[in-house]
Amino acid sequence: MALDAYQKREFKQVGTRPNRPDGVDKVTGRAMYGADATAPGMLHAKILRSPHAHARIVSIDTSAAEALAGVKAIVTAADFGVPEDDFLRDVQDHCMARGKVLYDGHAVAAVAATTIAAAKAALKLIKVEYETLPHVTDVDAAMKPGAPVVQAGRAYENVPAGMSENVTHHCEFGHGDLDAGFAKADRVVERHFKTAATHQGYIEPNACLASVTSDGKAELWVCTQGQYFYRTLCAALLGMEASQLRVTASEIGGGFGGKTMIYMEPVALALSKKAGRPVKLVLTRDEVFRATGPTVSSSMDVKIGMTKDGRITAAQARLCYSGGAFPNTTVDMGAQAAFAAYDLDAVQTLGWNVMTNRPKESAYRAPGAPLSIYAVESVVDELCQHFGLDPLAVRLLNAADKGTKSSYGPTFDQIGLKATLEAAQAHPHYTAPLGPNQGRGLSCGFWFNFGGNTCVSLNVNTDGTVGVTEGNPDIGGSRASISLMAAEELGIPYEKIRTIVADTSSLGYNDVTDGSRVTFAVGLATIKAARDAIRKMCSRAAKIWGIDEEAVEWVDGAAVPAGPNAGKFPPMTLAEIAAVSAETGGPIAGHYEVNADGAGVSFGVHLCDIEVDPETGATKVLRYTVFQDAGKAVHPSYVEGQMQGGAVQGIGWALNEEYIYGTDGRLQNAGFLDYRIPVASDLPMIDTVILEIPNPGHPYGVRGVGETGIVPPLAAIANAVSRAVGVRMTELPMSPPKLLKALEAKG
Amino acid sequence: MQYVAAKTADEAVALLVGQSGMARVLAGGTDLLVQLKSGMVEPDLVVDIKRIPGMKDITAEAGGFRIGAAVSGAELGEHAGVCAMWPGVVEGFNLIGSTQVQGRATMAGNLCNASPAGDAVPSLVAADATARVHGPNGARDVAILGIPAGPGRTTLAKGEIITSIFLPARPARASDAYLRFIPRTEMDIAVASAGVSLVLAADGTVESARVALGAVAPTVLLAEEAAKAITGTRLEEDALARMAAACAAICKPIDDKRGTVEFRTKTAGVLAKRAARIAYDRAGAKK
Ligand SMILES: Cc1cc2nc3c(=O)[nH]c(=O)nc-3n(C[C@H](O)[C@H](O)[C@H](O)COP(=O)(O)OP(=O)(O)OC[C@H]3O[C@@H](n4cnc5c(N)ncnc54)[C@H](O)[C@@H]3O)c2cc1C
Repeated sequence: MALDAYQKREFKQVGTRPNRPDGVDKVTGRAMYGADATAPGMLHAKILRSPHAHARIVSIDTSAAEALAGVKAIVTAADFGVPEDDFLRDVQDHCMARGKVLYDGHAVAAVAATTIAAAKAALKLIKVEYETLPHVTDVDAAMKPGAPVVQAGRAYENVPAGMSENVTHHCEFGHGDLDAGFAKADRVVERHFKTAATHQGYIEPNACLASVTSDGKAELWVCTQGQYFYRTLCAALLGMEASQLRVTASEIGGGFGGKTMIYMEPVALALSKKAGRPVKLVLTRDEVFRATGPTVSSSMDVKIGMTKDGRITAAQARLCYSGGAFPNTTVDMGAQAAFAAYDLDAVQTLGWNVMTNRPKESAYRAPGAPLSIYAVESVVDELCQHFGLDPLAVRLLNAADKGTKSSYGPTFDQIGLKATLEAAQAHPHYTAPLGPNQGRGLSCGFWFNFGGNTCVSLNVNTDGTVGVTEGNPDIGGSRASISLMAAEELGIPYEKIRTIVADTSSLGYNDVTDGSRVTFAVGLATIKAARDAIRKMCSRAAKIWGIDEEAVEWVDGAAVPAGPNAGKFPPMTLAEIAAVSAETGGPIAGHYEVNADGAGVSFGVHLCDIEVDPETGATKVLRYTVFQDAGKAVHPSYVEGQMQGGAVQGIGWALNEEYIYGTDGRLQNAGFLDYRIPVASDLPMIDTVILEIPNPGHPYGVRGVGETGIVPPLAAIANAVSRAVGVRMTELPMSPPKLLKALEAKG
Repeated sequence: MQYVAAKTADEAVALLVGQSGMARVLAGGTDLLVQLKSGMVEPDLVVDIKRIPGMKDITAEAGGFRIGAAVSGAELGEHAGVCAMWPGVVEGFNLIGSTQVQGRATMAGNLCNASPAGDAVPSLVAADATARVHGPNGARDVAILGIPAGPGRTTLAKGEIITSIFLPARPARASDAYLRFIPRTEMDIAVASAGVSLVLAADGTVESARVALGAVAPTVLLAEEAAKAITGTRLEEDALARMAAACAAICKPIDDKRGTVEFRTKTAGVLAKRAARIAYDRAGAKK
């Protein structure tokens, strides 16, 4: 295992910024996205969705639709089985309502027809009789005893008695004596927070093409963050063996976690099976908002005690998250992450998951963490304001470090939090002057990061080039980073390497592109696969030279005799060894399979300056700087891209993005006009400062960087607003009407 | 659905009159095509008016300008004469959408789409512009304020189309301005808006004013009391405060996903004040 670990080295290619291999295709419109797949004889599918937030399906009559010219197949829940496994059943019920519709937009039937127009016309002919039921979309209302029950019988045993059946799950983390801790504080602040659900807001709507043949084989081309997981789920729901379902991931126009879960793929497969023809299913933006994605909404209480010199003596968070109409455990991650940045003697986080009549929550960049950390960082800031303490100094004073027992259990290894805070403190941004109605806010952020199942093949071509085959859709430039690591290890130029994302039949299981895992885990497997290939190439050279394998080593892209005793032979380059591989034993390939550990947690610190228009409550972001530890930035541009993208999504969450439900339980803003993600002109350049504190668990020291960036903006902006105009915004988003109201209440 | 590109205004009128089902005029299509795609409207007939001669012309008339109904935002924005005389009208129109949308969108389309939040409309009302309406009974000129009837509805009768919009002549020391509030900086819909047109006297006081408010009532509002509040003043703070209060007094907005009654009412006054200042500075800067 020693070789796995980080070894200090001088990098030749890692850390440079070559063009990404998928760049030309993307900027010239040639890249194949989910909706670009077509097949001969293909049908088009459309889904009929519930207009009700909560209703019993009394009957579905599809006969008129079936009779319409061009209609080839219709499916409802009756075309699927009832999985025994809770999780699988939830996934299926989310794709197609069974018995009850649980939210506005819930699928009740789907049609495949020869044209989109025929499919749309058929939807209008399907008669669904509903018996509407009382609904609940607010997390606090759903927890109260007597609230409409979204799904009966789903609460786990660990849920305290006296709560609504909608409360499905409870968790608790922490250590130390809270009462004693709070008693030591000079001031204890407790605040209540509420945050709206947001959507990942990916630009490419979910899309797939499914083709099931009469002998039971199937193909699925789909826009996904994880073709293997999609295969697992679809095969289980369709009753297929994994080998018979080949899933190919398209290029992906954004996912941010939202494409780690299936929404309509089994429906397309079922339609194809029934019609005996390929079926294409592309969601509209309205459907994307109503039936895919969103994050949890939350209601939270945070209580923190601090001494007058800034030491936190005790901290407690009570988090209630709602992930829509199905049980989930995202609140665990929020609870674990809440106080991760702090070294605390007494800390407790409690979490509850609550069902509401909303679509099933999906992962979104650091799922669960932005909310709880927003609440925590807001209260820390309020305490700093009260005591007149420098907020960065207070964070440094309490910062977690190597050896800290984290608030969620594990003891930290080498982490970059203090270095990141110090970088922020030393940066000119921190002391730049501010004008009237302007304020500066800061927040720490944290994410766990993940490693997971990973499998890479590396093929040495006879012309001296190399193909890397990996299994993770590239959502942030990972093919470039993986090529760079292969180039570094092999000692050949980046341009000689082409990395592709394989379908599920071409490689062993790879976990989903999530948890900021790809550059870390696939990078690690690529380096190991390269080392495997290098061993084989050394052995070929040894054979040619007639010396021992052990007497050959790899230096700068070539096999050389190791030491003077090995014999005197000129170096044999990779290209030279590859050219004669047919005579020395055949093709040369390296492989590596691993369930990777050691991802290494990630911390970030954000600084932002904002200005509030006191007459309208509008908040403008003037300056923004992200400080984050990347372990090693393999391709710095794409590390910066992740940091900037995360910050921008967090800014949207803080200021304007929200799911808005009417009293009828219907989603009122299922489009980009009224679901307001930031546009380019809303934002200043997001500046980035990359720190490189090597991750001990990766050969090059790489740490995932994809998720942490979305965590700090929520509190950073709230803290800046508070310092600009003296109001503490405890509800997200801090949209202008809310901020103006708070300003008027303050007087 | 039938699509016809009419060659004359009379042909367009005849086609519209002759259609017994649903008929729609097509100008830039930036509202209509979106509505077609989402299934909001399913017309039997679409009559394109862009190819009618004169529809894309901007012509000087009686000291002002006549603007064809198919003139796009980008085209109007490049017309030096209109920009100099009616900068507030141009800035309202040019706020619509993006560069792509500006290449297609028309003022008449914005007016006839009849959204309470249409960005081209308040400045046109403040400018006291008129629309020339062609119909089965010939042509008539209608004040802009007389066109919208409610959200999504106009006072135009079956078969009537707008062929041009007329911006009247301006004395020296006159100008206008338009402001809207949106939570973002572009690609958004006005939560409240204000267009203000001012004529200054030689001593720098406001000789006459017209103030119009958008997105705070089912249709655009002409705020006559607000205009009176600043007439005869140099926009001193108290005059502006009275103006804002007069604006607030006539707002009849709704609470919806885009803003609360409270917020819209307050913001309309704030925008009117700010737009008045801009118009005042512009007018004063003119020699
Ligand atoms: C991305 C995007 C952003 C947008 N942003 C804004 C914005 O910021 N502010 C804003 O106000 N609007 C906005 N809009 C809406 C739209 O662009 C404007 O309302 C535009 O001015 C409509 O003009 P048009 O010529 O495209 O109208 P069309 O779509 O052609 O027509 C609109 C309606 O008016 C009728 N009509 C058109 N011309 C005439 C005529 N001459 N006589 C009689 N009836 C007529 C049509 O039948 C139709 O009902 C946006 C639209 C899009 C797609």
